[in-house]
Amino acid sequence: MGMEGIGARVARKEDKRFITGKGRYTDDMVVPGMKHAHFIRSPHAHAKIKSIDTSAAEKMPGVIGILNGAQLAEDAIGNIICGWMIHSKDGTPMNMGAWRPLAQDTVRYVGDAVAIVVADSKTQARDAAEAVVVDYETLPVVTSAIEALKDGAPQLHPEAKNNLIFDWEIGDSAATDAAIASAAHVTEMKVINNRLVPNPMEPRAALGVYDEGEDHYTLWTTSQNPHVARLVLSAFYNVAPENKLRVIAPDVGGGFGSKIYIYPEEIVCLWASKRTGVPVKWNSDRTEAFLTDAHGRDHVSTVKMAFDADNRITGFKVDTIANLGAYMSLFSSSVPTYLYATLLSGQYNIPNIHANVRTVYTNTVPVDAYRGAGRPEATYLVERTMETAARELGVSPAELRKTNFVREFPHQTPVIMCYDAGDFEASLNAAMDASDYAGFAARKEEAKSRGKLRGIGMSCYIEACGIAPSAAVGSLGAGVGLWESAEVRVNAVGTVEVLTGSHSHGQGHETTFAQLVADRFGVGIDTVSIVHGDTDKVQMGMGTYGSRSGAVGMSAVVKALDKVEIKAKKLAAHLLEADESDIVIENGELKVAGTDKSVPWFQMALAAYTAHNMPEGMEPGLKEGAFYDPSNFTFPAGCYICEVEVDPETGKTEIIQFVAADDFGKIINPMIVEGQVHGGVAQGIGQALLEGTHYDAETGQLLTASYMDYTMPRADDLPSFQISTTETACPSNPLGIKGCGEAGAIGSPPALINAITDAIGNNDLTMPATPQRVWAALGSAK
Amino acid sequence: MYATNYHRASSVEDAVKLASSNDEAKYLSGGQTLLPTMKQRLAAPSDLVDLRHVSDMKGISVSGGSIRIGAATTHAEVAKSSEIASACPGLAHLAAHIGDPHVRHMGTIGGSIANNDPAADYPAGLVALNATIVTNKRSIGADDFFTGMFDTALEDGELIVAVEIKAPSKSGYAKFPNPASRYAMTGVFVAKHGDGSVRVAVTGAGSDGVFRQADMEQALASDFSAGAIDGVTVDDSELMSDIHASSAYRANLVKVMAKRAVAAAG
Repeated sequence: MGMEGIGARVARKEDKRFITGKGRYTDDMVVPGMKHAHFIRSPHAHAKIKSIDTSAAEKMPGVIGILNGAQLAEDAIGNIICGWMIHSKDGTPMNMGAWRPLAQDTVRYVGDAVAIVVADSKTQARDAAEAVVVDYETLPVVTSAIEALKDGAPQLHPEAKNNLIFDWEIGDSAATDAAIASAAHVTEMKVINNRLVPNPMEPRAALGVYDEGEDHYTLWTTSQNPHVARLVLSAFYNVAPENKLRVIAPDVGGGFGSKIYIYPEEIVCLWASKRTGVPVKWNSDRTEAFLTDAHGRDHVSTVKMAFDADNRITGFKVDTIANLGAYMSLFSSSVPTYLYATLLSGQYNIPNIHANVRTVYTNTVPVDAYRGAGRPEATYLVERTMETAARELGVSPAELRKTNFVREFPHQTPVIMCYDAGDFEASLNAAMDASDYAGFAARKEEAKSRGKLRGIGMSCYIEACGIAPSAAVGSLGAGVGLWESAEVRVNAVGTVEVLTGSHSHGQGHETTFAQLVADRFGVGIDTVSIVHGDTDKVQMGMGTYGSRSGAVGMSAVVKALDKVEIKAKKLAAHLLEADESDIVIENGELKVAGTDKSVPWFQMALAAYTAHNMPEGMEPGLKEGAFYDPSNFTFPAGCYICEVEVDPETGKTEIIQFVAADDFGKIINPMIVEGQVHGGVAQGIGQALLEGTHYDAETGQLLTASYMDYTMPRADDLPSFQISTTETACPSNPLGIKGCGEAGAIGSPPALINAITDAIGNNDLTMPATPQRVWAALGSAK
Repeated sequence: MYATNYHRASSVEDAVKLASSNDEAKYLSGGQTLLPTMKQRLAAPSDLVDLRHVSDMKGISVSGGSIRIGAATTHAEVAKSSEIASACPGLAHLAAHIGDPHVRHMGTIGGSIANNDPAADYPAGLVALNATIVTNKRSIGADDFFTGMFDTALEDGELIVAVEIKAPSKSGYAKFPNPASRYAMTGVFVAKHGDGSVRVAVTGAGSDGVFRQADMEQALASDFSAGAIDGVTVDDSELMSDIHASSAYRANLVKVMAKRAVAAAG
């Protein structure tokens, strides 16, 4: 692998600038004449806008312009779209209501943007915003998806009767019902997956610049996928033609999915720049982030899992209601459908599965993908149900899982996915060994002597990454392809630039992508630069989400490296008067195998650009591009075990140990993978133990709109993680990579809740398992 | 934040004079509540009078069982004071567990009690310790000082100069923090005084701020042990109920934290 090649534990190149405060984020960007925006937002969860009076505000110091939805309509700026079409089971397309970037007649959640003030300073913009008088007529509010479906509930959009967006199903309902009817045992549960607020460290920001001379637009934005932003801004929102629009996502401080989507603010800042004639910058504050960044999860499900007399699963039936908030965000429809129900087979051989999913409008922040996106919801259902079934059947949780593991690959599930490779028992055994599962009973006794309740729980997750192939997702309703592009440019002095459509917002691509080049050509990673996040530099790309940068983005780089290698070897063979099949690349040299003849890498590169001595017919230069479209999803899997102690007097849970045994396929940089697992598990623990999103049911106000009330995980909430990996290579991509970005957040919540419910002897516990909830569950268990 | 005028007071008299020059002036001590409130534009004082450089309001002195803490003394200074740790270990423990290191190095005892946040730690400590709050005008007993949620006996412009405490024979504080804010969801301070009386004060739980738990005080006066309050029932009808904790859960915490505070007091 070499010191810096594939598999090397290389320190991240980008960290120096991040930890010394030298990163360059959207809010660091300053352009001549730049002015500042403040958004006026609805204080009501549901209301008619009767009038907007800007007369006093317009006269205030520094004010350049105040724009609202009427002007947006004048310029024919389009509705915000959902890019994945789902059809209900009756064949009708989803009932999508209009989402105006600035609400024109009706506001539907607290935080809905109504108008924008552009002024010389942020303070002046805010002062003027306070002087704008918006007259609202409040309407009845509904925040719960279950309530929203009921007759007589407040209606959000005329297109969606009873607020139902779609009623979708997957799998064979009749066969699954039959399996349940003839089962030896059926485990039934109601499971809630709590709504989460993403909270990336960097709040969203946008800087829109219109250049009248060139009739050209530039948008700096906090995006995980700037090319997709450019595509929809031009194709759907009518802000600017694609060839006249440059989108730049510079350093981005975390996304977790929330920065995939094209939000109102980006559209409005870009449009307002043309309308007002000045560059317009907006930077979200933390309250706005709580109120407007797309939330995650928010499912209510009932499940039935059927077993035969040998404890083999014969059927799994799921009914889910998913809250999508006030509007359909960009990929919101795909999350509770194809990213969710297709994983309901878990790691198990389940012959019959059926899931029904209803998605619902409510007066809450739109819900879309958040780290894991659908797979955490599926895993939580499957793994809570498996642990519960083991308790009901009187078998050990490990044994029940082993009885049902998929052991032959490829394995076609009843819900679309075809698992290509894996060894689930290897992960289970690794986790049980690492946690000393066998010694738990003694530890529980010891804890009891101290007045503590100890519990242990496990979770065997499988997820799908590297979402693709494009043709397949297209047939399921995706509005885009999900390939990736790369270009490898070898400069005349042998340094290398890799242009990628993937986007790094914390993942460490500047290091790991460079490791691919180091591995292939034997050059140092310091001589390799990774270029991403700018539509003027990288022609096209699909960005980073769904743990796709490794499996898809790197595969495109590998394809381009293949082409560079072929040409480099041809050129070296010509320079060395050898046969190209005899050329090998080692330690920065191209050698004739078995001889001492060689040409250094940089000299070969120089030869490609001087072009004084090229093989006949070879073009000068050394630069190759590739597009890679995967042939299948990838399937990371693993086993997580959590051990807790509950203080019965207060209900407080302490995590004693957390073990993660993952199979991510081939690993490029173990240190970065460990970091991803740590972060993912921390977020999963956050969901399971800490993070509760509360709306006031009467008013629709978000009650947990700051860190005073929304509990983010902190260092002292978390144990030291014990993590390890086993490896079955992914057969569908050239590197054998499966992806690791979301596994931690997917696999950990059920392990933690299984552990707590084991400790307290009451299975009726909802996330987050706050001290109060655990204490109450203990009380009702007595 | 709206624009405001900043003044640095050099003495107590100077501070009072500066503050009285404008109806909308506010004293600024550690700023741990006031500044975030101003940033959110929920407070808009015309003038801020900074008390952090008034030497008469800073510092700790302990002599013959009498403790005096200047109002502008930070939580970190109280927490690390060996004299406080020796004379009143419960108070040192309380100060060491307020907020986080940043808060403890900025926030002050005077600022905390003047604000009287119903979930702040110091009100429980000062009530249980039967402290005297010394202002530029008078001395006020802690029982009379804390008059309700975010409300005190302070008059307009009146300035806390110091807090005086007679060292108890035993003291202990236990709190259960709100998981998000880390303020006290329930905090109980227990102090046994030289005359044998016991005071038990509860913060974070009461619907009108800090309060004393009389039943526990009686039980502990005759037997200062955690077991002595096993039989006490905490009435939850006057306790707060919110998304983090119901009044029933807080009632449970009052008892559990009281027992732990007694155990900590030794």
